[in-house]
Amino acid sequence: MSALTELTLAELQTALESSTVSSLEVTHAYLERIAAHNPQLNAFITVTGEQAIAQAKAADQLRAQGQATPVTGIPIAHKDLFCTKDTLTTCGSKMLANFVAPYDAHVVQQCQAAGMVSLGKLNMDEFAMGSSNENSYFGPVKNPWDLTRVPGGSSGGSATAVAAALTPIATATDTGGSIRQPAALTGTSGLKPTYGRVSRFGMIAYASSLDQGGLIAQTAEDLAIALQVIAGHDARDATSALMEVPDYRSALATPLEGLTLGLPAEFFDARLDPAMQSRIQSVIDLYQSLGATTREVQLPHVADAIPAYYVIAPAEASSNLSRFDGVRYGHRAENPVDLMDLYERSRSEGFGFEVKRRILIGTYALSEGYFDAYYKKAQQIRRLIQNDFKQAFAHCDLILSPTTPSAAFSIGAKSDDPVAMYLEDIYTVATNLAGLPGGSFQAGFLDGLPVGYQLTGPAFSEARILNAAHQLQSVSDWHRQHPEGFAHV
Amino acid sequence: MYEAVIGLEVHVQLATESKMFSGSSTQFGQEPNTQASLVDLAMPGVLPTPNARAFEMAVKFGLAIDAEIGKRSVFDRKNYFYPDLPKGYQISQFEAPIVGRGQVTITLEDGSEKIINVTRAHLEEDAGKSIHDAFEGQTGVDLNRAGTPLLEIVSEPELRSAKEAVAYLRVIHSLIRYLEISDGNMAEGSMRCDCNVSLRPKGSTTLGTRTEIKNVNSFRFVEKAINSEINRQAEILEDGGRIVQETRLYDPDRDETRSMRSKEEANDYRYFPDPDLLPVVLDETFVEACRASLPELPAARKNRYIAEFGITEYDASVLVADRDVADYFSQVAIESGEGKLAANWVMGSVLAELNQSSRNITEFPVNASDLAVLIMRLTDGTLNSKTAKTVFEALMLEEGQVDDIISQRGLVQVTDTGAIEAVVDEVLAENPEQVANYREAAEDKRGKMIGFFVGQVMKKSGGKANPQAVNSILASKLSS
Repeated sequence: MSALTELTLAELQTALESSTVSSLEVTHAYLERIAAHNPQLNAFITVTGEQAIAQAKAADQLRAQGQATPVTGIPIAHKDLFCTKDTLTTCGSKMLANFVAPYDAHVVQQCQAAGMVSLGKLNMDEFAMGSSNENSYFGPVKNPWDLTRVPGGSSGGSATAVAAALTPIATATDTGGSIRQPAALTGTSGLKPTYGRVSRFGMIAYASSLDQGGLIAQTAEDLAIALQVIAGHDARDATSALMEVPDYRSALATPLEGLTLGLPAEFFDARLDPAMQSRIQSVIDLYQSLGATTREVQLPHVADAIPAYYVIAPAEASSNLSRFDGVRYGHRAENPVDLMDLYERSRSEGFGFEVKRRILIGTYALSEGYFDAYYKKAQQIRRLIQNDFKQAFAHCDLILSPTTPSAAFSIGAKSDDPVAMYLEDIYTVATNLAGLPGGSFQAGFLDGLPVGYQLTGPAFSEARILNAAHQLQSVSDWHRQHPEGFAHV
Repeated sequence: MYEAVIGLEVHVQLATESKMFSGSSTQFGQEPNTQASLVDLAMPGVLPTPNARAFEMAVKFGLAIDAEIGKRSVFDRKNYFYPDLPKGYQISQFEAPIVGRGQVTITLEDGSEKIINVTRAHLEEDAGKSIHDAFEGQTGVDLNRAGTPLLEIVSEPELRSAKEAVAYLRVIHSLIRYLEISDGNMAEGSMRCDCNVSLRPKGSTTLGTRTEIKNVNSFRFVEKAINSEINRQAEILEDGGRIVQETRLYDPDRDETRSMRSKEEANDYRYFPDPDLLPVVLDETFVEACRASLPELPAARKNRYIAEFGITEYDASVLVADRDVADYFSQVAIESGEGKLAANWVMGSVLAELNQSSRNITEFPVNASDLAVLIMRLTDGTLNSKTAKTVFEALMLEEGQVDDIISQRGLVQVTDTGAIEAVVDEVLAENPEQVANYREAAEDKRGKMIGFFVGQVMKKSGGKANPQAVNSILASKLSS
């Protein structure tokens, strides 16, 4: 058989269930890979090796006692904005570089309760603000397909860790594309669930009405298995949905005959790069070979998604990040002369450039005299976009589009041009504004770099999205390609 | 001459067990920061979850003042930095409050009534407390209070004097106590008041520039703070000056208000809907259940007492102001069968004692049944008003039951004229000079002079002689 770390989560599960391997062996194998490759990739901020080994031993014991869940003993790593008790939770920021959370996030609790083994905490753009993972206080994450390129962001650590097989699966979050864009740029599968499907309790907030926790893995099947663990209602999150959680894995096998894929005219226009278009076309061809049909749909207001997003998200962030004031936890300026000095210097020193930029934009957008012109207007656009999707889904089951305009760009290429950086999210942001589920899955390669396609569905259609992606993965092998230079031993 | 225009913002801490958005206890007076959970501390990643009981209480208040109930209320964030505000914003309701326009009726000094409109009442969370005197050169923060549910009740600027403002505040206080939605304890901060005050020339209909006096914490201080602010503003205006719109604090020691911050320094609170909380939609069933659970309110009770017990409107309004006092009075009145006497005793003796000791009637040593028996002993002639007082004082000291006290102390009133006559004869014999003076005095002076003899007789009889009998016997013996 292939090396342990080459296995998908589903394959690992089979191996663990048949006792071919132990969780301890698997965990050791991943910890070794992390030790070997993380210095180059910078995907992990914190590796919790000792804790992982203890959890793996406990998992093996549970399995021996016949008390294993489907994911008991399977390693996972968490984006460093999910609070983890007694270990660092930095949010990629100097502000929280010393912050040890006194509690576990709901998602972390769910994974632990199911017996998963936590390998550590993953690098990210500071406070999840960014599309390249260059905004981390802990340094940029490298794309394993080309170390001079970005892995995307803000969940760049999650994407790189999965792409380089430093973990079989990782948690991630998506506010404007932060799961789907890095998944596309690293040749992995990523799912942003419906807003409210996964509890936000313990997830450090960037923009509360848009943030949603999700996953990055190699395959749609792996996503289905892990989504089963983290999805569901949580009374501690008032926006958490009171919807039953379906059996995601059993839905994977549904044939695609009769599936209608909508292709938004606004995304398939002249601005779409022809090379990217041909990649997406090959995905469409495969879907058609599986019995799906396609039709054009309209999302007339989608062009306004980026401007609306860059008002709403910074507005919420400006308020969400007020709690980082140097008073109770996190970075605190030394020897403040008075209260204002404490606030000003703690925040000036603790936050990075992009975070400050968005706090300023958001503060401005909410201020007296500008609220109607910016925040209210953006919320109106948001409703129009929600209506666009509603109408489009009257004509199709899922919407298919590229995930990103292009493959991974070079580190530094867009750092001085925020607008170019913000346009990275052009295909993904509308999904967040509408609160819908979206996934990015492998669509092959452009000049040796992976690219992805995106499936967006109506609210709570995760099972359908994963089903379609899984069926496509069963007739393609893009998801089984691994970057060179990270040999499995 | 100027007319004062006053509006009040009353903050009422709701008597929920737990906080507005967390499960922490709301108990007052605990060790600092022992009632602050992860949510109250605003740890990264935590989220607020609303307390259903607070909605119930707010809706009851709304129904009690005949207000529109916000069927869809929205929580907003009020953003500002302060160390006792851990999130950097307060969760409040700005555009869509839970209680809309309502009204309360206040009784003015001349007995007339005035309707005061309530603009709105909304739910919000309280801040923590900054402690400036516990650490040398540093400020401490106690977050026990942070997140306690508040109902902020905003009146229209329809109050015209400090007295009216206090009358309005007393009505609100009475209502929240009747509804059992707050203990209304101003000393502990369960009820706090911001007073908006402006002046304008009498007859003018435009509003003058207002100032806001923050956090006044007793009825007496509300009256004094408003009066001192009216005087301050009047002096400025008379000198041709202009009022600056600002926030002021009342200093009770110096009986003056002083500036806290001006409008130029005021925060832009950047209100926006809290994305962590969905709009709260109340259905008809919920509102109707709240309505069904409303107790009899002060106004209704006042009318009932006038009709049932034959007491005056003034007495009734005093007696119903506090729900516990009203319950006490009503029990005394029913058990004694003497509404007017019960009112006199409760207002004269009981409330006077309570005011003096600033105790609550629920802790009062004389229970309603005892007072009822006392009143019955008065009406059946066993006691006279003097011995009744003695019994009341004994009850205050918890010396036992009314009848036991009467017999132990031998307080049964002497109405036997023979016995009284004997005492009268003794007194007259012992005071020949006074008797002579009395007999020589003019008719109109005698009334006063007879008091001396009455006093002597009552003293000799140990207060037990029936005063009417003493008077008539004395009068006949002295004139013979």
